[in-house]
Amino acid sequence: MKKLSHLDQLEAEAIYIIREVAAECENPVMLYSIGKDSSVMLHLAMKAFYPEKPPFPFMHINTTWKFKEMIDFRDRKAKELGIEMIEHSNQEGIDQGINPFDHGASYTDIMKTQALKQGLDKYGFDAAFGGGRRDEEKSRAKERVFSFRNKNHAWDPKNQKPEMWKLYNTKINKGESMRVFPLSNWTEKDIWQYIRQEEIDIVPLYFAKERPIVERDGNIVMVDDDRLKLEPGEEIQYKKVRFRTLGCYPLTGGVESEADTLDDIIEETLGAVSSERTSRVIDQEAAGSMERRKREGYF
Amino acid sequence: MKGLLKFITCGSVDDGKSTLIGHMLYDAKLLFADQEKALELDSKVGSRGGEIDYSLLLDGLMAEREQGITIDVAYRYFTTDNRSFIVADTPGHEEYTRNMAVGASFADLAVILVDATKGVISQTKRHARICALMGIKHIVLAVNKMDLVGYDQKRFEEIKHDFQQMTYGFNLESIQVIPVSATEGDNITKKSDHTLWYDGKALLPYLEDIEVIDDAAQQEFVMPVQRVSRPNHTFRGFQGQIEAGKIKEGDEIISLPSQERAKVKSILVTDYEVSEAGAGQPVTVQLDREVDVSRGCVLTTSENVQVTDMFSASILWMDDAELVEGRNYLVKVGTKMLPGTVMSIKHKIDINTGKEVLADKIFKNELVECDISLSENMVFDTFENNEALGGLILIDRVTNMTSACGVIEHALRRSTNVVWQETDISREVRAQQKGQKPLTLWFTGLSGSGKSTLANEVEKRLVATGHHTMLLDGDNVRHGLNKNLGFKEQDRVENIRRIAEVGKLMNDAGLVAITSFISPYESDRQNAREIIGDSYVEIFVSTPLEVCEQRDVKGLYKKARLGEIPNFTGISSPYEQPENPEIEIDTSEYSLEEATDYVVKEIMKFLD
Repeated sequence: MKKLSHLDQLEAEAIYIIREVAAECENPVMLYSIGKDSSVMLHLAMKAFYPEKPPFPFMHINTTWKFKEMIDFRDRKAKELGIEMIEHSNQEGIDQGINPFDHGASYTDIMKTQALKQGLDKYGFDAAFGGGRRDEEKSRAKERVFSFRNKNHAWDPKNQKPEMWKLYNTKINKGESMRVFPLSNWTEKDIWQYIRQEEIDIVPLYFAKERPIVERDGNIVMVDDDRLKLEPGEEIQYKKVRFRTLGCYPLTGGVESEADTLDDIIEETLGAVSSERTSRVIDQEAAGSMERRKREGYF
Repeated sequence: MKGLLKFITCGSVDDGKSTLIGHMLYDAKLLFADQEKALELDSKVGSRGGEIDYSLLLDGLMAEREQGITIDVAYRYFTTDNRSFIVADTPGHEEYTRNMAVGASFADLAVILVDATKGVISQTKRHARICALMGIKHIVLAVNKMDLVGYDQKRFEEIKHDFQQMTYGFNLESIQVIPVSATEGDNITKKSDHTLWYDGKALLPYLEDIEVIDDAAQQEFVMPVQRVSRPNHTFRGFQGQIEAGKIKEGDEIISLPSQERAKVKSILVTDYEVSEAGAGQPVTVQLDREVDVSRGCVLTTSENVQVTDMFSASILWMDDAELVEGRNYLVKVGTKMLPGTVMSIKHKIDINTGKEVLADKIFKNELVECDISLSENMVFDTFENNEALGGLILIDRVTNMTSACGVIEHALRRSTNVVWQETDISREVRAQQKGQKPLTLWFTGLSGSGKSTLANEVEKRLVATGHHTMLLDGDNVRHGLNKNLGFKEQDRVENIRRIAEVGKLMNDAGLVAITSFISPYESDRQNAREIIGDSYVEIFVSTPLEVCEQRDVKGLYKKARLGEIPNFTGISSPYEQPENPEIEIDTSEYSLEEATDYVVKEIMKFLD
């Protein structure tokens, strides 16, 4: 037998984790954010149970500010693969007109964190897979694969349960839940190389293409619809840009790039001088902001 | 390019673990520019002066930055031209030893740091022992802060000698001792001019070159079953990861614990069909005939894999609550989880000397050898042979805490030797003859709550209505069956276990057993529930403590208040309230007759 490659090992680890959850948890769900990490996670779930379909549903928390191309991609994928895709939005937030331009940090809390908690509570999910990776951010680097949340979905980073070998402890008390991160040990580079190896379909926004953008506070923001109001002095330009992460379009910074194939993207990623979260506008806050949000129930 | 290397850094607090890794990443140009900028910025903001504080790269939690210490293990990923690495930086404080163990369970190699000015201290020894327990075979001892001892070779040799002496007898494949300075960067990524007397490699080149060979591929085939996949009537596949060896279509395998044999019909590695698969691969295996296989079973070609319900284990205790003999936990080995009891604590290991020390209670962060008895058979191998079937965790049944981790040393009996003796007259036959459904009515509550009085009345009513009963009273049982037990926690646990077993025998005899014991611990009552099974009916006599103390029929509360009785439930020892009793009654609110009426009425629901 040939020795397993680095990617084979990561794949085996993720599949093991996904199967453990399916076997031991009562009502799991896989969070699907439509991004590249979610695409990899969905692909792994399909492989883990083949020829069976994944024995759990998928859930997308829609802030209603996602790129249009993302929503089209999500619907096409769910249909193609024959999986159950639940969509949840915070209706109260929508009714109050909460938006990323006027409400800043509270937008993230209301439309993401609160919406996620609502979605999980509504269906009574006891375990939710997320595509988080430890190389993304410092507080994630400290998080267990099986990460516990109390009744209020809060994380207690100072008191995490020990996690030994592959002996995951999935026991929880009533009302508590778990977040499970099968991609914990993957790096951004691993993700891209796996996407290439497995020919995984991803949202076209990852590839460089001429797109309508404005430059705002040093970030490149795409004009995805007419809800983005131009500020004085701003004008729509057409530039060849791509996105390293995908989220709400007003909060997702693009980069100017010529990388329109996977090989180009991988080359760009390998030579990258900044880690990927800098392209997420919300993360450029004080150190520790991610941990604070996670304690409040953010994924 | 060498394969992935997973390693940890460990050692006592302030030995410079985080700084070492930070410096290594910085020097090897493995940081993104924004991380580097943030690092410089953080250092300036931080209280440690203007120099770059490399440890800030890893201490990611707010509490860690505030207190300047590492609380939990942090994972970092980096790749040099020669190798990919995952490094787990672990906390040095004794308080957070369990988080260090988490890192150790994940790693192939440990970099243990010692402060050259302090030498090998007890925390160094603790970490070395935990690394060995968790199966790490390669150790690098990084003698740090060499700059503070003037790069003195003699000092270095002293420490090297101490460490080698301490680890003598450990099951290690390699030990390398390297003189370093994490702050100055000596022997981190390149050899230092300050230590020309050192003829080995610098740390990073050493890590890039070392071979950590996993011999799992050479062994016999072993696959613990994670789940059974049955998408339709024609497909029944067993899913899991191959932990050792390889398997081909047509190979004959044994399914354990049932010991049935079958041939491999087909193999899927994830979603594609193969004729052969090997160690580390996630597979779905179909067999050529129906065999009894479910989650927790093991498919194997090995004759060495064993089946037992009692084994001896070395464990690291990680719970804030102490370990006492007789406690019941969930035991997880491979993909199997079963209730099990820590039957006896043989001894704990002195961290400094490695000597065996007698103990009847075990506290957090102690290493201990104990015997564990399981509720049914489990498939296992020794940790030495197979990590996946030899590692275990214990889970607290009430808090769900992962209370301990450890390794199986050996089976205490082959289960095949002890077979349950099936008798011709069954429990059902005996019950039918008496015309009743056997139950164990388990009264629990504080001393003076009225348990025994109520149990006595209940028995009279049941006998009057033609039932066959047997009352087991706490005080009376202590005069006979349990006269060798005192009131320490482990004795109380054993007391309750015996009562539960007697209750079960009474039920087997077709009787309605009535037990009246304080039984203050939820985990013990759960254990009793498990032993007795469906016949268990818990009756919580919830009379408040104030009322019990006022009644003080036997004068015990008064004595306890005066400190004359140690471990008195409600006063100096806790009573954990039942969470879901079948019946609850507060005797302070009703007359004895009313209370008896109510309880008997409720019992009838279970009796009919």
